[in-house]
Amino acid sequence: MIVNRSKLSFWERTYLPAIINGFKVTLRHFFKKKVTMQYPEEKWTLPEGYRGAPLLVKDPEDRTKCVSCQLCEFVCPPKAIRITPPGPEVNPELGNVEKAPQEFEINMLRCIFCGYCQEVCPEEAIFLKSDYSLTGESREEMVYNKEKLLEMGGIHQDQIWKWKNK
Amino acid sequence: MSKAADATKNGEAAQVETVPVKVDGILVNVPKTSPDPVTGKPIPTTMIQACSMAKVDVPHYCYHPKLPVAGNCRMCLVEYGMQAMGPDRKPVVDDNGDPVVRKMPRPAIACATPIAPNMEIYASSPGTIEMRKDVLEFLLINHPLDCPICDQAGECKLQEYSVEHGGANSLFREQKVHKPKQVDLGPRIMLDDERCILCSRCIRFTRDIAGDDALGFVNRGSYNTLTTYPGKSFDNNYTLNTVDICPVGALTSKDFRFQMRVWFLKETKSLCASCGTGCNIVVGSREGSIKRFEPRENDGVNSSWMCDEGRLNYKWVGREDRLKDIVIYDNGESLEADWDKAVSHISEILRSVDKGSTAIIASARQTNEELFLISQIANLLDSFTESIPRIGEGDSLLVNTDKNPNTSGVKMMGLSSGELGSNLNKILEKVRSGEVKTLISFGEDLTRHGFDDEALEKLDHLIVSDILPNGLTEKADVLIPGCAHVEKKGTFTNVKGRIQRFYPATPAPGAAKPEWETLLAVLKQIGNVPESVKGVESLFQWMAQETSELEGLTWSELGDQGVTVEL
Repeated sequence: MIVNRSKLSFWERTYLPAIINGFKVTLRHFFKKKVTMQYPEEKWTLPEGYRGAPLLVKDPEDRTKCVSCQLCEFVCPPKAIRITPPGPEVNPELGNVEKAPQEFEINMLRCIFCGYCQEVCPEEAIFLKSDYSLTGESREEMVYNKEKLLEMGGIHQDQIWKWKNK
Repeated sequence: MSKAADATKNGEAAQVETVPVKVDGILVNVPKTSPDPVTGKPIPTTMIQACSMAKVDVPHYCYHPKLPVAGNCRMCLVEYGMQAMGPDRKPVVDDNGDPVVRKMPRPAIACATPIAPNMEIYASSPGTIEMRKDVLEFLLINHPLDCPICDQAGECKLQEYSVEHGGANSLFREQKVHKPKQVDLGPRIMLDDERCILCSRCIRFTRDIAGDDALGFVNRGSYNTLTTYPGKSFDNNYTLNTVDICPVGALTSKDFRFQMRVWFLKETKSLCASCGTGCNIVVGSREGSIKRFEPRENDGVNSSWMCDEGRLNYKWVGREDRLKDIVIYDNGESLEADWDKAVSHISEILRSVDKGSTAIIASARQTNEELFLISQIANLLDSFTESIPRIGEGDSLLVNTDKNPNTSGVKMMGLSSGELGSNLNKILEKVRSGEVKTLISFGEDLTRHGFDDEALEKLDHLIVSDILPNGLTEKADVLIPGCAHVEKKGTFTNVKGRIQRFYPATPAPGAAKPEWETLLAVLKQIGNVPESVKGVESLFQWMAQETSELEGLTWSELGDQGVTVEL
């Protein structure tokens, strides 16, 4: 394609009209209401259903809801989840909780926040919460372990209490 | 079990009169009688057997082809039709001479109803499909929603049939009956009574196959519960088979409990190497670690079963102290060693030795191919060869007294004359007298068989290949780490002369390589190997050419079930 470039007049060649027009725009916005948000001091109100970091939640009686069924590990498209099942040894600390993960790791660098883990979870133990600003200084730091996931996830108020009547 | 297998082998089944049966419109000629799975005596063939011959799948829980029929789960209910009878008590035929078949008013359980001539089985009629749905709903009434924590999930018949044949909703609104959970049934078995659907497969297996009448049902109705005799433990050597045949997650293995969900397991066809029977198994592994052994059906060897001892004998494979590094000592100096260097070092030694001054101790845990290569090397060097026997307790079912998986292979390759191990003392004497200067040992700790420091010091060279560290590996001049049989490809010959293949399930640790690779590389340097020999298959081909017992046999001919040869 050939673009015909019209010859600029002397006045235009001084670039002054372009500069003046630019300043006009700047000046107009100077007196308008400011649209910039002062992140991170100010933050967005997230819409409902926002898909942030997948986190583990506890039931209202402070028990880990996850039973280590490994469906999320199976369904996870980027293979960000890794669960270590508890094995045959019975942990007396867990009381009537028959099965809980020994370790639960999510690699937040791999996670694509698709929400499949939340969708597949039969115990409603993993939720994509509103955390979106995940930072760390190393790759290792970005692999969240069970402790961290549970702490960030908090207690979930719902009626699915797997171990209540067991 | 073996009697039933024998009956089919002798061709008795072929001589039995057949009757025409139609399954979903497919005409099959079914033998009138089939051997009883336990006694082997001919008993009437049932509808479910006819369906399986017609390759029509009839869902079932309590029926198992290797167990006596119980007929209590009702899952295999089918509608069927029989040839009409005239008033003269003769079968009615239409104008064309074809039989007139009338649908029976009520369904029957396919597993316990004998076939009759011209019977028609409607395995996928609307009525049959509706009944399956309802039977499943009944079975699920007291079944807990335990799938997320149940080890059976993924290979559970209740799950599979619920998806395939079940309805989405249950009409049951009342409280479920709660039964005992986490019941310690025996040293290897954990029972969850709530999950049990009372099919009684485990009861029949342990009573009729294992010969230990240990299990039974107590209480009635919804409270019917599987249990052992009070105070008795379910602890025979075949208990874990009940876990395999349990269609749901009621009986679970304590060893495999909560180890890994089954859908993550890579399944590799292999053999059990714990005794000379050579039970066919499937190795379940994930990310290079073995999670479980399960029996694989082979009517010529182990039917569908295996013993607990063999099944749990896998943990040593993943041991931390496995030999991982190649070690070469030359005049007391440890050389930097990789596999290529080790091969040329060994070849150099073997080229320099006098004929008749070497001895090779092969292991009856090695594959036929490896033993063949050893015999080739032994022929070149005029070596003394021997292997070491392992004798233990056997039983009448599967466990053999010979604890080596490949004693027949050692004999077939001519590495041991007479009784296994009978020449060991002669070799020891020759080592002591200085006649034998170079000793090669594969996977056997000779220090436990009289080869003390005094004898070993007389040797010029001690070449050792092993898997785990032991007394002999510490003394070796050249140490090559080897592979467990689940880490390599090859064949074993069981005590009855059945040659069976197995495949690698997990990778070998560190520098360990299958012994056949090392042996083949050494033999290529010191002797003649046909051009074509590269992998295990071509090696097997070469072995079959050179061994009279294996004449004409090919790797592919072995299949998954193996071939029996005359020993």
